[in-house]
Amino acid sequence: MKKVTNNTVLRFMTCGSVDDGKSTVIGRLLFDTKTILTDTLSQIEKTSKKKGMTEVDLSLITDGLQAEREQGITIDVAYRYFSTGKRKYIIADAPGHEQYTRNMVTAASTAQLAIILIDARKGILTQTKRHTYLAKLLGIKHVIVAVNKMDLINYDENQYNSICEDYKEFEKNISPLSSPININFLPISALKGDMIVDRGNSMEWYHGATLLQLLEDLDTSEDIKESSLRFPIQYVCRPRESVNKELHDFRAFMGRIESGLLKVNDKVKVLPSGRESVIKEIRIGEQQIEEAIPEQSITVSLADEIDISRGDMLVHQSDSVGAIKNFTGMVCWFAEEPLAPNRTYLIMHTTQASKAKITSINYKINIQTLDSEEVSKLQTNDIANISFKLAQPLVVDNYIENRGTGAFIIVDESTFHTVGAGMIELLD
Amino acid sequence: MKKLLSHLDWLESEAIHIMREVAGQCSNPVLLFSGGKDSLCLLRIAEKAFRPGRFPFPMMHIDTGHNYPEVINFRDKKVRDLGERLIVASLEDSMKNGSIVLKSNDEPRNKYQSITLLEAIEEHGFDCCIGGARRDEEKARAKERIMSFRDEFGQWDPKNQRPELWDLYNAKVHKGENIRAFPISNWTEMDVWQYIEREKLELPDIYFAHQREIVRRDNSIVPITNVTPLKENEVVEKIMVRFRTVGDITCTAPVESDADTVEKIILETASTSISERGATRLDDQVSEASMEQRKKEGYF
Repeated sequence: MKKVTNNTVLRFMTCGSVDDGKSTVIGRLLFDTKTILTDTLSQIEKTSKKKGMTEVDLSLITDGLQAEREQGITIDVAYRYFSTGKRKYIIADAPGHEQYTRNMVTAASTAQLAIILIDARKGILTQTKRHTYLAKLLGIKHVIVAVNKMDLINYDENQYNSICEDYKEFEKNISPLSSPININFLPISALKGDMIVDRGNSMEWYHGATLLQLLEDLDTSEDIKESSLRFPIQYVCRPRESVNKELHDFRAFMGRIESGLLKVNDKVKVLPSGRESVIKEIRIGEQQIEEAIPEQSITVSLADEIDISRGDMLVHQSDSVGAIKNFTGMVCWFAEEPLAPNRTYLIMHTTQASKAKITSINYKINIQTLDSEEVSKLQTNDIANISFKLAQPLVVDNYIENRGTGAFIIVDESTFHTVGAGMIELLD
Repeated sequence: MKKLLSHLDWLESEAIHIMREVAGQCSNPVLLFSGGKDSLCLLRIAEKAFRPGRFPFPMMHIDTGHNYPEVINFRDKKVRDLGERLIVASLEDSMKNGSIVLKSNDEPRNKYQSITLLEAIEEHGFDCCIGGARRDEEKARAKERIMSFRDEFGQWDPKNQRPELWDLYNAKVHKGENIRAFPISNWTEMDVWQYIEREKLELPDIYFAHQREIVRRDNSIVPITNVTPLKENEVVEKIMVRFRTVGDITCTAPVESDADTVEKIILETASTSISERGATRLDDQVSEASMEQRKKEGYF
């Protein structure tokens, strides 16, 4: 029996349509890593037989809701999990079709890596460009291009190589150019199981890693810039308990580090007020720690009593960042109702919310050609560059440099639905 | 400098963040607590999220009346130890006031939990219920949001969910509507057991291997209790079992096991070939879509 070890998390998404064998790739990963258990498998076998298939259809593993089964399509992002002992994986499985751009954007927002599937018979398609663009737009830094269905082109090495060359050529020109990404290529057959978890016998000419090996070995750690501390205050703890005198005046500030490093004795200031203090103590539950890194949820107490509430941002005193009331961002529109340029919307950003007005819709991206176009109206699945004016000042960063403080969602003030999401682009 | 969190630290940190978002955004939340292992993880996370302060919400148990006494005793002890408030909303009360009408007395009661839950939400005016559901449990849950919107009838509309991006959660609701928040959405059964081991969490005894009188019925092991009595021509066996999930007696079955420590359960979980609900939830096996159906009706 394997001893279960302490591993890290890798979140990735898969881009492709049913035709590219996306579901089969995921099914194969789960099946070959023994994540699929007997009862689930027997259910899939039953359904495969019902459909008149001779082999078990692994794509059924990712089969979703009743409504989706009835229509034979995927309409929403599903999350799946597997673990190897080295890593815990979270897969965001999003439908790849153009009309589901919003689902791809949603899946990409939490992914560190995207697997882009290409049908070996078809090569680079319009959708390949769309998927690559969206992955880059959402700040994904690692891409695996998996050329699938190699079995259908007789595992032809030359054809595989030329697809890879084609991809490299067009990827260079896909903006945002400011974000260099790490790309790996590999040939696979999800149906036969070649190069997913096992190497298979059909591609002796390929000496690179299998898909699982690439996932296992990928280095996702990033340099933590000590100076770029962003600590949005989520919740203020004030026990005010009469029985315990010590706790009566106790105040602590709770939240999750979005970026940078926070250490005991650090000199910090609160934005937007600008008040200054020093970090007295950092805790996770009962446990005191000396320093906190990004993604850690912590409880902080300060040396001075200063007024801080939810929505404030803690940064280092030396940081020149300030709160602003105007910004521009790339927005993906989710709602069925088109964006109404004269309405006021609510923008949610870190732990803060502000009313916002649209000052201009600058251009729209044609998701087929990736060209910029003039636009007057924004509809479901559209992606556009929009400028906003805010009621409350927010501490923001360029999305491409800081996902946590560069991202925002747009909420309809009357329905409270999430109608859009955006990525801030700051001009120097 | 480069550093990454271990998977348990990452999952814990995400869950703390979600719980604090609930506290920050909602005006009257509640934490659903059954005494089961997933909700016990939630309580540890709430401690890490809010101590030395009190929890900014009460706990609530939707009591079907069909419980293992060990679990109820454990539940009450846990609440006392934490010094927090527990609300018990009971199916028996819904039956008395006529909102739940059973077809027969021995019918599984899980699906009726939704009615009592919705009544309690209305009575107390809760705008958010924090629950311990996980996406790996079941395929309808795989498409569930971390903050899931329910209309004033408590209904989940899988085709009209709010998009959920990054760690930005929209918990805004109108009066009468509510949010179901699932801080351990991204945890698997294995993660839960590893967390229990790491945090040395206490659990009700029935999670560990013990001797119990059972019968084998339709490929399931059914414990003999006053609400699941022996039927004619059935043979009672006394075997070593443990429960993988804890719920209403009539729809929770144990598995054969000798695992009497958390460490042994982890090893067994790593090598099992049957999924958590597949083995033990008699209510999910009725139809492929039954969880989806129940969630649409207000189940959590």
